[in-house]
Amino acid sequence: MTLRAAVVRFPGSNCDEDALRACARVGMDACYVWHRDTGLGGADVVILPGGFSYGDYLRAGAIARFSPIMRAVQRHAAAGGPTLGVCNGFQILCEAHLLPGALARNERLTFVSKPVDVLVERTDTIFTSAYQPGQRIRIPVAHGEGRFTADAETLRMLEAEGRVVLRYVPSGSETGLPNPNGSAGDIAGVSNAAGNVLGIMPHPERAADPILGTADGAAFFESLAAWSPGVKAGR
Amino acid sequence: MAEVAVRPTEAHRLAGERPVTPEVVREHNLSESEYARIREVLGRTPTLTELGIFSALWSEHCSYKHSKPVLRTFPTTGPQVVQGPGENAGVLRLPDGWAVAFKIESHNHPSAVEPYQGAATGVGGILRDVFTMGARPVAMLNSLRFGPLDSPRNRYLFAGVVRGVGDYGNCVGIPTLGGEVAFAPGYSGNPLVNAMCVGLLRETDLIRARAHGVGNVLLCVGSATGRDGIHGASFASEELSEQSEARRPQVQVGDPFAGKLLMEASLELVSSGLIVAIQDMGAAGLTSSSAEMAARGGVGVEIDTGLVPTRESGMTPYEILLSESQERMLVVAAPDRIDEIQRVCKKWELSAATIGHVTDDGIYRVRHHGLVVAAIPGRPLVDDCPVYHPESREAEIAKHRRDAGPSAPPAVGVAEALERLLDTPTLASKRWVYEQYDSTVRAATVLGPGGDAGVFHVPGTGFGLAVTVDCNARLVALDPYEGGKACVAEAARNVACTGAVPLGITDCLNFGNPEKPDVFFQFTEACRGIADACRAFDTPVTGGNVSFYNESPRGAIDPTPVIGMVGLLHDVTARVPSHFAATGDRIVLLGRTTGQLGGSMYWSEIREFFGGRPPAVDLAAERALQRLLAQAASERVLRSAHDCSDGGLATALAEAAIGGPYAGAGLGVSIDLARYADGIPPEALLYAEDGARAVISCAPELVERVLALAAEHGVPAAAVGEVGAAAGPLEIRLGARAFRWSVADLRRTYFEAIPRRMRTPEVERAETEHLTGN
Repeated sequence: MTLRAAVVRFPGSNCDEDALRACARVGMDACYVWHRDTGLGGADVVILPGGFSYGDYLRAGAIARFSPIMRAVQRHAAAGGPTLGVCNGFQILCEAHLLPGALARNERLTFVSKPVDVLVERTDTIFTSAYQPGQRIRIPVAHGEGRFTADAETLRMLEAEGRVVLRYVPSGSETGLPNPNGSAGDIAGVSNAAGNVLGIMPHPERAADPILGTADGAAFFESLAAWSPGVKAGR
Repeated sequence: MAEVAVRPTEAHRLAGERPVTPEVVREHNLSESEYARIREVLGRTPTLTELGIFSALWSEHCSYKHSKPVLRTFPTTGPQVVQGPGENAGVLRLPDGWAVAFKIESHNHPSAVEPYQGAATGVGGILRDVFTMGARPVAMLNSLRFGPLDSPRNRYLFAGVVRGVGDYGNCVGIPTLGGEVAFAPGYSGNPLVNAMCVGLLRETDLIRARAHGVGNVLLCVGSATGRDGIHGASFASEELSEQSEARRPQVQVGDPFAGKLLMEASLELVSSGLIVAIQDMGAAGLTSSSAEMAARGGVGVEIDTGLVPTRESGMTPYEILLSESQERMLVVAAPDRIDEIQRVCKKWELSAATIGHVTDDGIYRVRHHGLVVAAIPGRPLVDDCPVYHPESREAEIAKHRRDAGPSAPPAVGVAEALERLLDTPTLASKRWVYEQYDSTVRAATVLGPGGDAGVFHVPGTGFGLAVTVDCNARLVALDPYEGGKACVAEAARNVACTGAVPLGITDCLNFGNPEKPDVFFQFTEACRGIADACRAFDTPVTGGNVSFYNESPRGAIDPTPVIGMVGLLHDVTARVPSHFAATGDRIVLLGRTTGQLGGSMYWSEIREFFGGRPPAVDLAAERALQRLLAQAASERVLRSAHDCSDGGLATALAEAAIGGPYAGAGLGVSIDLARYADGIPPEALLYAEDGARAVISCAPELVERVLALAAEHGVPAAAVGEVGAAAGPLEIRLGARAFRWSVADLRRTYFEAIPRRMRTPEVERAETEHLTGN
């Protein structure tokens, strides 16, 4: 059965087209929903794309969480529906308290745009099932506020519960392109306790088409497309 | 609107308005003869509002009064040209019904006094020029010039400009795919910020900025109008001085979020067919957008400044007309479309106010709450600005400089010179810069920054475009004609190295004061060179921008005609990267080295001599090389191709060996140039900057095919060695002599040259000054 994916467009979203194309490429029936909408049009999967929702004025994601569509996203997530936030989408999920922690300004203060090497630490999620456990992939980051931060207890909990799904290669590694922003524990992506909500800073949708010379991110979308709504979304 | 009975060309002074005196005329940067012409056009004395309108439209920036006759000599036609100069952006035809709109523009003077906002609004402005053609912006490039980085002020300007460029483009979501940055003393008081935008459209969706349809309405869409940027166009048309800092409040303030919304709304208005025409309110704001749209359409317009949404109350018509507040558009549409237009704008959280209408009397008429404050015959307002043919004469000092040679002995030996050159900020990697720009958004980037040209895929098709900006101001300063040719040639080589076929150019002509004979000589000669090269390459000029008066109290900048070029890569999967790819690949040098060091980086950096005669540009040889590279790429026989220019052959080899910005390590190189050298001394062989050359690599079994292709195209080619092991040395043998470098050391030098100079307090200041947004 063809899965239906909804890509939420906020004013200022700019990775919406990229996310839509990445979903369509793996055969999902992908459509946009507008931030003023109140329903998700029966979508099985929700994607909050990257960008600068509301200009990221005040704080990244801080205004978007109040958009009318976010109530529907909350309901979808609470019902166990797969919800993926990429970059600004991750920031919005944190602001909306669907994920713990926050994304602070990069350690080196400037915007950082480059490929990074990340380890897929969990492959028993609906978002990463098409990867090999521990697989190292290279995908781009592009953000000014991507430094994951949380209190010590939350960080301990995330590690203990195995909710760090993506981790940057640690700073100071001999090889590879490491943690670009000073994230605590080199965290690049975390899930909620149920496992159906995932936020990641790197952009798999920008590395999903072999014509670009790299398709390391494609398996995110392949994983989602392979999920069956009958199966509980969490792990 | 109150009806006030007036003759068509009568206008009223507002209460309390300053009378127009000779002093007021001078303040408006208008000459006596220009003022006389204004009186002639009007048949009376202008009101202050009218004087403001004339001063904006007759500024150099808007009128091109010193450059028009020269610009007319550019080739602007060809089967690929959909839209040449005269619109907001040029448009070239692509396969499958697609077209590319592109344009480059300067924002030099604002950036000199307020680097962050100056650069950010430069990006915003060029984006609007492209999407007003109905094209979706898909790539940005920029060309920047600063004084040397040993000055704190220059480091502050550099950091602020980079941050400003990044913050705007990143927020709107347009990838920056390339650019260039150079540093030289002449730019210390007058940095250059040139931004280029490339957009895609269906050719049938093209919309032109021409008002027509008497009775159609004019709408002001986007941000409210404030008092910022008043007389920006005039500011851009004078030399920078000690007083320029006082202009800081005149610099416009950018709001990239509003820019993004405006882009989406405008594209929706165009694609829905709701509007007749659309134009950015850029330089000279509402004045130039409305007057130019009317003149292009051969109609009159009437606007009421009292209907323009403003940020503060009490703004005069003069201020409203000349404000350069950002993120505003002027739209022309049939009156019965107003509701639908407002619905689209509301969806994007923008306002759309009806402010006037198209008339049949050809008069540019402005009312303020009904009262006519300006009534000017529209055509003369836009077209009758006097055109100047200034004296053109090369400075004696420039001739002497060209005939002279270095007297100082080399500061370092032949081998060490390469390390010195790679540590020069102009030559070194710009990774510090482009990592602050999003280069992968839109998920179409095939080759990002750090190579010869950026390449992106046109989604849904098999083809891609290669884009680059280039200018070697050193060569233009020493020999403006050959230098002009060299700039186009370098852009074309960069495009061709990726495997693409050059299609056309846009240019940003940055020069000093054109009223000085030596500056005007540089301008006319550089343009003659650009025109000749464009004719030879079949790359028409589709538009661009002239920026004169780039002078500080220290004098004029080096002449800097920046060429923005677009090339077509028929099969995007055939693109060729710049860096060596595999151990054992063969290295082939394409083109001839004569060993003339005139104008070279080697002379300026190693022998402290800026001068000499640069090598003449052989346009036929350049064309042959371009064709060879495109064919070799399409046959997939190349593993890498890198242009050989600044810093000569040794630099090109080192850059190809050092590898891309994210390669773990470089690759070694082992070559023997004894036969290739043909008696040229080592420093000339390694560092001369002859054009029409490239360093390529290919699999060993393909080297015969590459050489045969080169022979077919009449391009000299020499297989000189091979790519070595990862982390191996760069080794160049020259008969009995051998030069050897550690690629790891060169790599470190190349990537660290700029960061190590930028770890200073004033850079931190620039980086924290505008900590808003993401």
